[in-house]
Amino acid sequence: MAERVSEEEELESVAATTPGMLRLLLGNRVAVTAGLVVIAFFAIGLLAGVLTPHDPNAQHPEAIRAAPFWRADADARFLLGTDSLGRDLLSRMMYGARVSILLGVVVVLLTLVVGAGLGMLAGYFRGRFDVVMSRVVDTLLAFPFLIFALAIMAATGPNLVALVLALAFKGWVDFYRVARGDVLAARAADYVTAARGLGASTPHILLREILPNIVPPLIVLATLRMATIIIAEASLSFLGIGVPPSIPAWGTMVADGRADVGSAWWIATFPGLAILALVLSVNLFGEGLRDVLDPRMRKT
Amino acid sequence: MSRPLLDVRELSTQFSTYRGLLPAVDGVDLSVESGETLALVGESGCGKSVTALSIMRLVRRPGRIVGGETWFDGEDLLRKSQAEMRQLRGDRIAMVFQDPLSTLNPTFSVENQIVESLRIHGVARGSAAREHSVSLLEAMGIPAAPERLRSYPHELSGGMRQRVMLAIAVSCEPELLIADEPTTALDVTLQAQIMDLLAALKQERRLAILLITHDLGVVSQFSDRAAVMYAGHIVEQAPVRALLEEPLHPYARGLLRCVPRLGRPDIPLTPIEGSVPDMVNLPPGCRFAPRCPEVMERCWESMPPLYDQGPGRIVRCYLFEAAEQAAPAQGTA
Repeated sequence: MAERVSEEEELESVAATTPGMLRLLLGNRVAVTAGLVVIAFFAIGLLAGVLTPHDPNAQHPEAIRAAPFWRADADARFLLGTDSLGRDLLSRMMYGARVSILLGVVVVLLTLVVGAGLGMLAGYFRGRFDVVMSRVVDTLLAFPFLIFALAIMAATGPNLVALVLALAFKGWVDFYRVARGDVLAARAADYVTAARGLGASTPHILLREILPNIVPPLIVLATLRMATIIIAEASLSFLGIGVPPSIPAWGTMVADGRADVGSAWWIATFPGLAILALVLSVNLFGEGLRDVLDPRMRKT
Repeated sequence: MSRPLLDVRELSTQFSTYRGLLPAVDGVDLSVESGETLALVGESGCGKSVTALSIMRLVRRPGRIVGGETWFDGEDLLRKSQAEMRQLRGDRIAMVFQDPLSTLNPTFSVENQIVESLRIHGVARGSAAREHSVSLLEAMGIPAAPERLRSYPHELSGGMRQRVMLAIAVSCEPELLIADEPTTALDVTLQAQIMDLLAALKQERRLAILLITHDLGVVSQFSDRAAVMYAGHIVEQAPVRALLEEPLHPYARGLLRCVPRLGRPDIPLTPIEGSVPDMVNLPPGCRFAPRCPEVMERCWESMPPLYDQGPGRIVRCYLFEAAEQAAPAQGTA
């Protein structure tokens, strides 16, 4: 009996498109909450231009290091206080959400398409292409990411295109490995032989028969990678080699507030909490997705 | 007599393994006429399925077709380009596999998969394809066909899945159906239903069927002729009745003695002693020699050719050298 149930669950997980999957996901409270937080961050980032009470770069010399609203010395105009140049922290954090999410989405999509594409080709055709690609991947895995990113960003100076490339340089490797492994298994599946027997062409088999079957693990990986990318971007910005200083970013804000941690702790703390909240939510949501899509990881 | 629809001659397929070349299919001759069912019988690993895949040109590396001809409706399939083969597959030659759950793509609904095969060969699309799908499912005896179209493979029972596979296989009205153990994964009552369905399809559409099976019960009821395969060779080919009543090749005789007869507990079951030879290091003589109860000196030295034994009957065994009625059956069908 127990075996039956697990078999059915497994079958259910395969059909990622059935409404049952959505119901399972909605039943996971942690994942739903985390998903809502992520959506809120997306909305804030998207609508930052409309929502912000102040221009994020406007300096208010009369209100330098203003305290957040609950303190006696707070300035009513600045809800979360201001930084050492008198810039509104709340407004800057809203714009910071935009940069983090934008970079996260762009880098993840780029690495997903490149990594999964190359991985599918390598897994399906094997041969020399697979051998060469897999050696390249092994080499990249042995490469320290931060040092590489430091080198690129130090050479080009902080700019968004170089930042995307630095973050994507190694990021596609994970998608490559997952896609290659799953295609390797799927190409031997009977339904692929059956599709050949029906006269299907190779592109048809790769895109219409195999791809839908390897999408669930790729979606999960994409979500989890997004969290990693956001942290990496914040780290580089903190080091001053990430997002250009003219664009408010959480990492830069933490770095700016570092000197004042003793006297005005909120300057570094609020953007730090924002990073924590977004990354944690993305991770929890990703894990919720994985629990639904992969029955082996399901706890109950 | 006109040429058979499918005429396979000297077909050979090898697999290169790390231990050496494995001749999975070694000089196989067989033919199927329109409206006829040929059963290809043999134990696991004898090369039945590889023969089927070779005819479809679906053998994948490390396997390779190394020789022979497969004439289908006057054309040699082995000389066709990949693109020409793609057009043929599913359209004029269709294939059904053993396990319908794994041959249906788990991520698509039944409708999607039937419509896809219609679309690939340009038979129908859109709402016409949908209507065609419904009528196909109905023809396969699936109740409530319009609802079933929305089902995913895992929501169907085993018998239902195999009916869906058959619906897909016949969707483009093929002339030849290759069925690779279509009922092995099903229970007995379903086996009978699916085989009846196949028989009906054969009747209605003058379908030629190459039925691969190890179930002699299925062979006796549903096929016209049978070919017995052993270690990559066809060892005997005969009309079904003749084969079952009086098998000639010692392997075929042994095979029949392994099948229990209902109501005849007096006939003992005798297993064939020994096991299949190591396909990479084959002995020089007859491949059945090590297990053969009637083995002779010369059986160890050279492989016997096929001897003609009456109408439509050939056997690969030295026991029949003297009794041969015509010239060796090379190339006759």
